[in-house]
Amino acid sequence: MTSPHGRRRLHLATALDRRSVYDADAYVSAARLAERGALDFVTLDDSLARPGPDALAVLSRLAPATRRVGLVPTVTTTHTEPFHVQAAVATLDWVSRGRAGWRIEVSTTEGEARLFGRRHAAPADALWQEAGEVADVAARLWDSWEDDAEIRDAATGRFVDRDKLHHVDFTGAAFSVKGPSIVPRPPQGHPVRVVDATGRAARAVAARYADVALVRTALPARAAAARAELRAAAEAYGRDPDELRVLAALDVDLGDGEYAAEPGHGGGGPRATPHGPLYRGGPVDLAELIVSWHRDGTVDGFHLTPVEPRRDLERLVNGTVSLLQHRGLFRTFYPGSTLRDHLGLTRPASQYTVAQGAS
Amino acid sequence: MTGPKPRQPKPMHLAAHFPGVNNTTVWADPRSGSQIDFGSFEHLARTAERGLFDFFFLAEGLRLREHKGRIHDLDVVGRPESLTVLNALAAVTDRLGLAATVNATFNEPYELARRLATLDHLSGGRAAWNVVTSSDAFTGENFRRGGYLDRAERYTRAAEFVATARELWDSWAPDGTPRPFAHHGRHFDIAGEFTLPRSPQGHPVVIQAGDSDEGREFAASSADVIFTRHGTLDAGRAFYADVKRRLARYGRSPGDLKIMPGVTVVLGDTATEARERAEEIRWQQVSPQTALLTLEQIWGVDLSGYDPDGPLPDVDPVADPQLSQGRTRQGDSVATAEKWRALAQERGLSIRQTVIEAGARQSFVGTPEQVAAELTEFVGRDAADGFILVPHLTPGGLDEFVDRVVPLLQERGAFRTAYEGTTLRSHLGLSDPVWKA
Ligand SMILES: Cc1cc2nc3c(=O)[nH]c(=O)nc-3n(C[C@H](O)[C@H](O)[C@H](O)COP(=O)(O)O)c2cc1C
Repeated sequence: MTSPHGRRRLHLATALDRRSVYDADAYVSAARLAERGALDFVTLDDSLARPGPDALAVLSRLAPATRRVGLVPTVTTTHTEPFHVQAAVATLDWVSRGRAGWRIEVSTTEGEARLFGRRHAAPADALWQEAGEVADVAARLWDSWEDDAEIRDAATGRFVDRDKLHHVDFTGAAFSVKGPSIVPRPPQGHPVRVVDATGRAARAVAARYADVALVRTALPARAAAARAELRAAAEAYGRDPDELRVLAALDVDLGDGEYAAEPGHGGGGPRATPHGPLYRGGPVDLAELIVSWHRDGTVDGFHLTPVEPRRDLERLVNGTVSLLQHRGLFRTFYPGSTLRDHLGLTRPASQYTVAQGAS
Repeated sequence: MTGPKPRQPKPMHLAAHFPGVNNTTVWADPRSGSQIDFGSFEHLARTAERGLFDFFFLAEGLRLREHKGRIHDLDVVGRPESLTVLNALAAVTDRLGLAATVNATFNEPYELARRLATLDHLSGGRAAWNVVTSSDAFTGENFRRGGYLDRAERYTRAAEFVATARELWDSWAPDGTPRPFAHHGRHFDIAGEFTLPRSPQGHPVVIQAGDSDEGREFAASSADVIFTRHGTLDAGRAFYADVKRRLARYGRSPGDLKIMPGVTVVLGDTATEARERAEEIRWQQVSPQTALLTLEQIWGVDLSGYDPDGPLPDVDPVADPQLSQGRTRQGDSVATAEKWRALAQERGLSIRQTVIEAGARQSFVGTPEQVAAELTEFVGRDAADGFILVPHLTPGGLDEFVDRVVPLLQERGAFRTAYEGTTLRSHLGLSDPVWKA
């Protein structure tokens, strides 16, 4: 897994983001298309203030309409109740039978703060510190029901074994939570946490809690450095670095033909823009780029955001992905059923089970 | 109301409660399935839709109940988060209303209004919100703000919450452009732009569940539906008359608020068979352990030394709100204890028998014909506008009602034979809310 030249699996994900679409149909057809390409997961961004529906709700709506693809909504941690957030993400895992993720984000603007009227905007560092606490308490709450807590023991009249339910008694800087969760432990144990680790403020949370870290850069050297840094930091937190996937995050514009990338930006490579790294060109070029970054061990895969949702996702799946599949570089079917299976991540044991086993 | 011709029966509304977390569910029954797997929700919702029900209803509890300082372990426990499940159910149903119970104390209007509007959009106009306020400081320990409101204040907040949500739902202009909103009130001081246009129903349907004077007043001023516990004909008629009378104060007419008691139904091929099944279910619901615990909740003291098959304790009951936490308390427990003791003495009942006798909720027990007739009578005599059925079993608990009772109601002209509209408001016969733009 660690060797850059070993046969690491390639991971591909796409964003379903589209502006101001409020009904389900467009999201359903896009997610089904991504699933036809056997992509690991789809994301839907959210900020509470962006026009459009609630992201977690949309992906729940998609769960019964899809079978295998992972579903990763953005849920911000700044103005929400951690107890509600963990319950909703765990429920997405239940309704999708183990395909849920959670892209952790913070709300930095005063505009978002005014929608709640409870606190003012704060610096990113403080908000990410709090996001880390939310990620921590969420994991504890997911673990607060051991997997076999439900016993239905008619002889003693007990539905659950209360010794396998745990108060989390969490006290952080900004909030406290008693627990246990109201939702039994979700199918994946922990739904997959995704953190954009591009900004410095988010990096520690990514290294400590993320299963998938995103890095937005047009430069492979920078992506490789970020990956190495994240893995080292994860290890320093006591994690197995192979339990962290690092994906390059690019906007993709597949509207032009092959070799259409502008001169001076490395042929078909991505270039930096004020909105982040953008790849412009054709599906075949994009396949080349993916192969080369992955082969060199720069990243474990890619998270691609189509600039023109319908058109680019179609070209991505029917062009880029099918080419990669044809060359045997990307899966043609899902060998497992959970998002953790797709990502090659293990299902974590409950920290309470582990703690008891050790004592 | 009497006319020369037999009048058209008042339309009956039917809804289904997910059996979920309560002591109605007979989890020890071999046919009892998962209360958490999505398949259970899907089966019940599809069955409700097959029966042309108005809506499917999910309850909420935000902290696991505790008894004598330990987590309650005798009933079904563990449930998914309601709005997330209902969005998933929107994918596998077409017409059924989707109702989520969400507490107004531990949520914020902007966020919840957005989640409800999203469900309304994604389901094509089928969302409902059951506004509850019951949770106290015990539940508050799971939230940033803790338990910070007394009961009366929780209702004040709930009323302002609903009003604020409606301001948000109305905030876009009819031409589909967002307009800034600002609400400066006692509980909420917020401003900005809502992220969704007006939803298919205008406003998701608002349900209220709560019985105090404050609760009834809140319902009369703000709710579209009341979920009540008054399931006997006389209590139902009294409640119905009281609440409908209150509506005029808010410029509303009786048809603007539907009253739907939660009821259980037990069917049999004969009346005797149905009675036997009902009794069997009561015995399953009240295990010896449950009998003792129920008594402790009322007596307010530890009764673990008592034999569930023996007589009631001779110790005096005390009111101890700390003994059992996280459940909705009903009535004065010391008075209840006296009543139960009198009943047990008079009829020579054991602890378990007393709990089974005295704790039974109103239910409709009989042949499908008898039950159809009784339900129709309740509605005809203004004891209810319809019913929220609380099945005993997950996920098959509605099958028999839909297969055997619904057709009889339809034959009597008491219940629809097809959905006429696509939104929950249209099923309930509620008009679209005026757009206060
Ligand atoms: C039929 C019925 C169902 C209720 N369901 C819930 C529920 O699912 N979750 C909850 O927190 N409270 C529930 N409640 C509690 C009420 O919302 C209310 O807060 C409580 O009854 C106290 O208010 P009251 O004094 O007005 O009755 C329910 C109440 C009734 C009558």
